[in-house]
Amino acid sequence: MAVSSPFGASIKRREDPRLITGAGHYTDDVRLPGMLSMAILRSPHAHARITNIDSSAAKAMPGVVAIYTGADLVDKVAPVPCAWQPKDSDVKVPEYRPLAVDTVRYVGDGVAAVVAEDMYTAQDAAAAIDVTYEALPAVVKQLDAMADGAPQLYDNVPNNIAFHFHLEGGEVDAAFKNADLTFKQRLINQRLIPNAMEPRGAVASYQRGSNELTLWCTTQNPHIVRLLMSLSTSIPESQIRVISQDIGGGFGCKIPMYAGEMIASVISKDLLRPIKWVEDRSENYVATTHGRDHVDDVEVAVMNDGRVVGLKVTAYANMGAYLSTAGPGVPTWLFTVTQSGAYDIPNVASDVYGILTNTMATDAYRGAGRPEATYLIERVMDLVAAKLKLDPTDVRRKNFIPSNAFPYSIASGAVAYDSGDYDKTLDRALEMVDYAALRKEQEEARANGRLFGVGFSTYIEVCGLAPSAAAGAMGFGGGLYENAVVRVHPTGKVTVLTGINPQGQGEGTTFAQLVSDEIGVAVEDVDVVWGDTDRIPMGWGTYGSRSTAVGGSALVFAARNVRDKMMKIGAHLLEVSPEEVVFERGDVHVNGAPDRVKTFGEIALAAYTAWNMPEGVTPGLEETYFFDPISNTFPFGAHICVVEIDKDSGKADVRRYVAVDDVGNVINPMIVDGQIHGGIAQGLAQAVLEYAAYDDNGQLLSGTMMDYAIPKASSFPDYELDRTVTPCPFNPMGLKGVGEAGTIASTPAIMNAIVDALSPYGVEHFDMPATPQRIWQFVHEQKGN
Amino acid sequence: MKQQVTITVNGTTHTSEVEPRLLLVHYLRDVLDLTGTHVGCDTSQCGACTVQMNGDAVKSCTVLAVQADGAEITTIEGLAKDGELHPIQEGFWEMHGLQCGFCTPGMIMTSVNLLKNNPNPTEAEIRHGLEGNLCRCTGYQNIVKAIQYAADKMNAEPAAAGDD
Amino acid sequence: MYPSAFDYFRPSSVDEVVKLLQENPEGKIIAGGHSLLPMMKLRLAAPASLIDIGKVPGLDGVRADNGGVVFGARTTYDQIMKSDVVQRALPVAAEAAGVVGDIQVRNRGTIGGSIAHADPAADFPAVLLALDAKVNATGPNGQRTIGIDDFFVDMFTTSLEPEELVTEISVAKPAAKTGMAYEKFSHPASGYAIVGVAASVTLGDDGNVAAARVAITGAGPIAVRANGTESALTGQAPTAENVKAAAQKASDGMTFLGDIHAGEEYRAHLTRVFTERAINKAVERAKS
Repeated sequence: MAVSSPFGASIKRREDPRLITGAGHYTDDVRLPGMLSMAILRSPHAHARITNIDSSAAKAMPGVVAIYTGADLVDKVAPVPCAWQPKDSDVKVPEYRPLAVDTVRYVGDGVAAVVAEDMYTAQDAAAAIDVTYEALPAVVKQLDAMADGAPQLYDNVPNNIAFHFHLEGGEVDAAFKNADLTFKQRLINQRLIPNAMEPRGAVASYQRGSNELTLWCTTQNPHIVRLLMSLSTSIPESQIRVISQDIGGGFGCKIPMYAGEMIASVISKDLLRPIKWVEDRSENYVATTHGRDHVDDVEVAVMNDGRVVGLKVTAYANMGAYLSTAGPGVPTWLFTVTQSGAYDIPNVASDVYGILTNTMATDAYRGAGRPEATYLIERVMDLVAAKLKLDPTDVRRKNFIPSNAFPYSIASGAVAYDSGDYDKTLDRALEMVDYAALRKEQEEARANGRLFGVGFSTYIEVCGLAPSAAAGAMGFGGGLYENAVVRVHPTGKVTVLTGINPQGQGEGTTFAQLVSDEIGVAVEDVDVVWGDTDRIPMGWGTYGSRSTAVGGSALVFAARNVRDKMMKIGAHLLEVSPEEVVFERGDVHVNGAPDRVKTFGEIALAAYTAWNMPEGVTPGLEETYFFDPISNTFPFGAHICVVEIDKDSGKADVRRYVAVDDVGNVINPMIVDGQIHGGIAQGLAQAVLEYAAYDDNGQLLSGTMMDYAIPKASSFPDYELDRTVTPCPFNPMGLKGVGEAGTIASTPAIMNAIVDALSPYGVEHFDMPATPQRIWQFVHEQKGN
Repeated sequence: MKQQVTITVNGTTHTSEVEPRLLLVHYLRDVLDLTGTHVGCDTSQCGACTVQMNGDAVKSCTVLAVQADGAEITTIEGLAKDGELHPIQEGFWEMHGLQCGFCTPGMIMTSVNLLKNNPNPTEAEIRHGLEGNLCRCTGYQNIVKAIQYAADKMNAEPAAAGDD
Repeated sequence: MYPSAFDYFRPSSVDEVVKLLQENPEGKIIAGGHSLLPMMKLRLAAPASLIDIGKVPGLDGVRADNGGVVFGARTTYDQIMKSDVVQRALPVAAEAAGVVGDIQVRNRGTIGGSIAHADPAADFPAVLLALDAKVNATGPNGQRTIGIDDFFVDMFTTSLEPEELVTEISVAKPAAKTGMAYEKFSHPASGYAIVGVAASVTLGDDGNVAAARVAITGAGPIAVRANGTESALTGQAPTAENVKAAAQKASDGMTFLGDIHAGEEYRAHLTRVFTERAINKAVERAKS
């Protein structure tokens, strides 16, 4: 498709032709000669000592090749690493082994690995292993786990408190003393299961002779897995190749390095056979990281005019039975730097406790810390409105950071928001719903006894992670720059290598658009490659809505260097100086004389035959760029949700959903809208459908898709989208990132609507999940029946 | 004890010896190397494994290969004819009806059945018709658009878009 | 995800099925398999053998019979939905079939399988109770007919003998001025009935309720008739108030199941709500 500028065009995706014809290549599609199947036997107890493992019957089964227990692996592989440990937070990292050695600490904890000719046999054998356990008391909720007398998961983590993080700015105590009104609220942000449609897995193939490990893995960040695997095994980093190309969704749960791939890798090294391990869904539910799980206590100091002058937050984050790769960073830095949201609140103090319990570990899940923060601050705004009898939009506007105040430094100074115009998105959203008419409709509905609610979410979020120095200061064990290689081939085609690693976000298309925009090559002639650590320089993967803001920037700068080199070579071939030529849609021509031109193809070939190169210019036409952002980016927007609750069943139906988002400049509007659609669905689902429920014994009650309800096509109506564009000043494309914004925004929008719908009963707050039963229970109790 | 099965998949007839417990989805993926059909769950909810069996959309994870003996199966690999995409495949491409692509083959195969039953579905009928196919990426909005695109195209071409 | 191993038989006649059931007491019949296979994949069930009745002749098809309908046991929900016979004579069955599971499940799940498996949250047990169906079964002692009221015994347990196979389900022609409806509150994850109520209401010439059959599934361990509601309604004018009052009795004496989505009290409440909805709809249809 010939467009004058690909940037901003809703071009059809280049990834799609193979995916719509069944030619995708996901990890479970990998087949290697001699490949064996691995099954992991998992603990049925939440907390127990392993007193005996008898695998004799299993070993004797035909087709069973080997069985490994935790004891067998102690010398082969290190404990599962935690790579984000916030400083000054008294972080205590428990020793968590890929296969439990003497103690299991959650239902799903791995106890043995069975290797067999096929997966059916491996499962039969796993079922035949006889493990004797001595059950121990389990603790599941964070507040219970930190209390004295609670079962202790690890000797070196007293009271199960793995860290205590503090961030503050301004004069918080004074603010509370001088406020007109102060109030408290406890908010629950319940545990969720990410549910990427592709379960996790790995194929590990260790080669005898070369001593190289090739690891196909469902990961959002192959280089991180390579690095951590080398640190956890005796295999040097330079001899590990991690491949992760087609991935069926990630949403954060494919960031960590897990036991499964570690076990498969060392077993492959031991047996010198390729080993495939792929979870099934109920295994995914107990052994892939969960999201959220906060109990947050907020104290608010507010003036009578609605201005919030102080916030104190104490957050109790359930980390699960061990600290996952990025786990501790989520409820600490990511949560606290967005604590004050879109608002100018000069006095903020946050305390975060990370508590271990006998449940699956938690880590990033779409939004990672920002949904928790946004839910909190957006509920606070509505609580302020309720208590002061002000309109919720007026309270928000009263507190908005003004559009001339950017870059805006938050109270603690930890981050500065890049750019924003919060009134603008709210204005547009209110216009789209016709706010006055909507409130009138609500009045009429209420007069007829209907439960009709309107909820707002004027959110910001922090993404485009991140300046590496800031990452280091925050305890992240790596950098967060990104790399790109723009390689022009002698025949004029272009390959882009990128360290980002999409799981459906569309960079295969948008990055081709960027390159096309910069150097004029047709989008169809650009091949974007990710997910192979042998081909791609060190990068940090796709999460934190960073791929385009950071990875795209690296790409643009690399492409511009290619363009500059092309101009030099072109000028030389045209026998003029570089200042006399212009670069136009891939061709280099003499300024003012377009017929004196060297085409993209001619220059590419010339660069590689090198028969006639300018002084000081080396052969070839390939540029690598490592881009380290100097700032995070801050998308923002206004979402409005209209709900009606059926009194008989308690079911809250979304009648209308309007989203006005500002993600800066947009490369491909269709793809950006798609990210927002998917994000909104997940955020709404947290509010009314999803809950990873453990019982008091640590059994996961919502253990299959029969019980854990993710949205279906019939769950929610169409979302009405619009956008404003407030460019980010800190990257060449002026864009902010969009992968998580929808989820961050939507949970508070619908919860505020539900509380609004129930407000005739005098309720100011209602916890998630707002399932039909819970809403009905509440309404029923109000009626006093 | 293994059973002999003869199953026609995408027009090619295969005869194999399989264990009775082998699920059809594993037969397609592991015996025939047709990996376009995916496994997303273990309780028959997600629909990523949907194929056409004798003209009907079925969840191949909930069919034994032995139950498919003598059947005609069409998988996603067999939907496009002579390199020409089925209008539903086209619709998914045009309307950005997929992101990670994992649910997509099953989603497309169910959509074929949906439009066969109801060539002119309303939005509500489409949304209800897809209750057996879960997608975590798209929020479904563009999937609905993709099917509407396909329905329009198929209704405008009376003799096109073959059987299945 | 991976069932344990089993012996597999594919009989070609009903007699052969019965013989195999006798020879394999640990064996289970499989038709559509959409109740059995999910349990086997989670290894909650591990039958030693499966008897596949997929190719046994005489078990499929829907036919009209003196104004009523006879369903072959192996008739799928999709076939029920699409059957002209059913749409004319027993539209509630087509309607109920349309809310079972999803398109793919409806292509495989069978009416015989549904009642033989007796999942407490299946839809058709309630529908057939409301329709006063008769179940034909064949076993070593030949054929017999079981009235639907005597069919469901306990969770996953019916009055079928271990060696019997359901062959047909028949529903007699409904009386004149009969309206039927099935109202369901679906589980948000599984799609099964948290509560499903089927109602069949026959109006007399005086416009009052001459007969009513109301059945509830999902709420308790088996599908049951709402006897209290039926008594309260019979002989009454089918006004909104009377229906509401009768519906209040639907939960009387019932044992309720509970899970994280719906506890006992909520199910009891939904039972009453959906009974009222089902009866009102049935009444509306009886009048037209």
